[in-house]
Amino acid sequence: MSLTPSSALSPARGSVFATALRRRFPAPGLLLVGAVVAALVLLPLVFLILEAFQVGWGTLRPLLFRHLTETLLWNTIRLASVVTLVCAVLGVAVAWCVERTDLPCRRFWATLLVLPLAIPDFVIGYGWISVAPTVQGYWGSVLVMSLGSYPLVYLPVAAALRSADRSLEDVARGLGLGRARTFVRVTLHQIRPALLGGSMLVALILLAEFGTFEILRFQTFTTQIYTEFQIGYSATAGCALSLVLVLLGLLVLGGEAAGRGRAGAARRAAASRPAPRMKLGLATIPVALGLAALLGLAIGVPLYALGYWFLQGTSSTLPPISILRAAVDTALYSGLAAGLATIAALPIAIVVERHRSKLGLLIERSTYLVQSLPGIVVALSLVYFSVKYLPRFYLSSPELVFAYAIMFFPLALVAVRAGVAQAPPGLEEVARSLGHGQLSVLARVTLPILAPALMAGFSLVFMFASTELTATLILHPTGVETLATGFWQFTNNFAYGAAAPYALALLLVAMIPGLLLGRWFERIAGGAV
Amino acid sequence: MRRKAELVRRTIVIGTSVAAIVAVVIVAATFAGSSKKSTPGVTLTLYSGQHPETVAALAAAFTKQTGINVSVRSADEGVLAAQIIQEGSHSPADIFMTENSPPLEALQQRGLLAQVDASTLARTSAAYSSPQRDWEGVSARVSTMVYNTADLKPSQLPRSVLELANPKWNGKLALAPGETDFQPIVTAVAAKYGQARAVAWLKGIRANASNHLYPDNEALVAQVNSGQVALGVINHYYWFRLRDEIGASNIHSAEKLFAPRDPGYVIDVAGAGLLASSSHKPDAQKFLAFLVSRAGQEIIAHDESYEYPLGSGVVTAKPLLPFSSLKPDPITVAQLGDGALAISLLREASLL
Repeated sequence: MSLTPSSALSPARGSVFATALRRRFPAPGLLLVGAVVAALVLLPLVFLILEAFQVGWGTLRPLLFRHLTETLLWNTIRLASVVTLVCAVLGVAVAWCVERTDLPCRRFWATLLVLPLAIPDFVIGYGWISVAPTVQGYWGSVLVMSLGSYPLVYLPVAAALRSADRSLEDVARGLGLGRARTFVRVTLHQIRPALLGGSMLVALILLAEFGTFEILRFQTFTTQIYTEFQIGYSATAGCALSLVLVLLGLLVLGGEAAGRGRAGAARRAAASRPAPRMKLGLATIPVALGLAALLGLAIGVPLYALGYWFLQGTSSTLPPISILRAAVDTALYSGLAAGLATIAALPIAIVVERHRSKLGLLIERSTYLVQSLPGIVVALSLVYFSVKYLPRFYLSSPELVFAYAIMFFPLALVAVRAGVAQAPPGLEEVARSLGHGQLSVLARVTLPILAPALMAGFSLVFMFASTELTATLILHPTGVETLATGFWQFTNNFAYGAAAPYALALLLVAMIPGLLLGRWFERIAGGAV
Repeated sequence: MRRKAELVRRTIVIGTSVAAIVAVVIVAATFAGSSKKSTPGVTLTLYSGQHPETVAALAAAFTKQTGINVSVRSADEGVLAAQIIQEGSHSPADIFMTENSPPLEALQQRGLLAQVDASTLARTSAAYSSPQRDWEGVSARVSTMVYNTADLKPSQLPRSVLELANPKWNGKLALAPGETDFQPIVTAVAAKYGQARAVAWLKGIRANASNHLYPDNEALVAQVNSGQVALGVINHYYWFRLRDEIGASNIHSAEKLFAPRDPGYVIDVAGAGLLASSSHKPDAQKFLAFLVSRAGQEIIAHDESYEYPLGSGVVTAKPLLPFSSLKPDPITVAQLGDGALAISLLREASLL
């Protein structure tokens, strides 16, 4: 902290005053950068509103109020709520087993249990439907989406369990509360922000998921929006339905905010100490078997199906070079998008965590809405804006990178925000008072503290971007194929055999960040400094 | 105040470093995009809703013959049409190839297509090309029933698509109402029996198929084959493609055409058109000419997509009924139009 006249007289009071001042008035520049980022992220929403105004209520009304909308609403809501609930229960249970019991080979489990996130949900769906053709429709979708999405709850909850202040639980136990009641009344309260945050992401992602439901033949808003573009050739009907999706996204955000209430982030233990883990004893075997079964369903089944098609498929006639190129392009686009999203998340994360203003919070929350929008809507909004204002940008690689970055921006933001929240601002001030300049502080203090969070954000965005389908179909530079679009084209034409190598390559590409993700998350919460 | 100045400075540092990194990322991405080697000369951009393997074979043969490169964007034809309409006069596309005529008609009606050379149109069927001469018919498919051979015998099958609304098919009928291939049948029923009767018919088949509505014909034929549902309406080639993929020993289904001239028996035309906004019109015309030339049509005749060639007198080399022996409903491509009527009827019947 720089020496202001008042702090020169009374350092202690001066620093308290300065902190208070900073909380009241966020740095205007930083707020502006954050607002610009949010505005870019919300471009698809602007497009929807422009489109709606252009066609007018008279056209929108019959498109919105039809029998189909009811069906879609019912399908989408029952799917999103049940899958979110299953993911919440599964995520907490798995996190508790890994973090709070003496389960052997903890590292091994912690790494593997994140991996379903690295397998695109539509590949899990393709695996299941090839192995068990009855896995489709509503229950099939619930099964597949739950298996693929629970790590989004598991990761933050495990991190929260690791860093939560154990002394509160000790006190509760000391006061005579049983293990179960302690969990409900103390632990659950401590992990609530993490649980809600993870569940919110699951719900938002479900709203926008396309490929899985297409494969499992379940009709949601997002699949129908795609169909509307397919048959109607114009954006109107698709945009009308997307507006409903935005409302559902707002509901999810509102639900999360209401659930979180006024409770701030859970207090972190002042000094982490090796927590005593619950002895599983004989229960070790069923717990380990349960986790293994979960992994078998989520990872084993799709891998088995891929292997089967790889060997059986009669249409695997593709030259391997095209898959290699698609893999390189996929990794490149996803990597650049992940970097862009993570860096762009930083100013918003700092604003919302360090300056805690209402405006900052509003900016932060609003960006989550983009997660509920179907890829095709995001893509068409970029077609609209780039053809109009930046024709040279249209169908270029940077445009696709930009599209991925805004689509998965919320994933980066969640991770980066968690990192900023855990990083004590005092350290930077100490470094500055020791005579380090801005850049030196950034390089030697801020970035090392934030590195795990930045890497976690990067990995999350990378995994989702590498499997993105519908926006890629519209925005990919002509002649460039990604692994997801290759897979899609062939499954769409029955060529399961030809599709399998693309899916395998996709797994290999996403596996690397998938394997690292658990480690990075651990280090955010572990306060590795 | 120094405090404030410092805050501002700090923000500027963060802001510029963020901007710098973003700039680096974008520049890197641009290089990544442009690093793919480009051979000298013209490259045509082809937006294609056709089977990627078929189009790849056609484009490769064309490049070999003319030296003109073709860069293909493959996606669903309806989505590509929506994209071209959104792009308007800035569209990078030179040629648009589809599986069905309605997306081409949709672009034609919006004035987005240019006329195809008369010499090219002369090589393909006039009945299956644009009446305004804005696109050419390249290949064709025919709509048909597919049924599970364990559930039904050929003699039990309906003769007309109208009979599918009969309550006796309740729970046995599969439908892919969002498929672009289904709309021509709806249009044909409406043309023959009027819109009111068409809607009543659609409501009937919706009730019969309420548990078996699928997003596409690929799903539909697979479900019929696996016995989940007894019968459905598809285009003939889906069944052949399924058989190629899963092997003849796993086939438990067969196809049967509706009675001659029934509205369930329609020809769907796959065509190609030239974008009015194209800046490579002469070369794009060469490509259109190639598609309906003997060389182009032979590729289609032997291709795994099982479509009927329409031009240069070439006939299919696959074990299909000869195209000349088909007796479809007499509906024309002009009557099929852009499919808007079918969509509004499907919406009225709550199928969309």
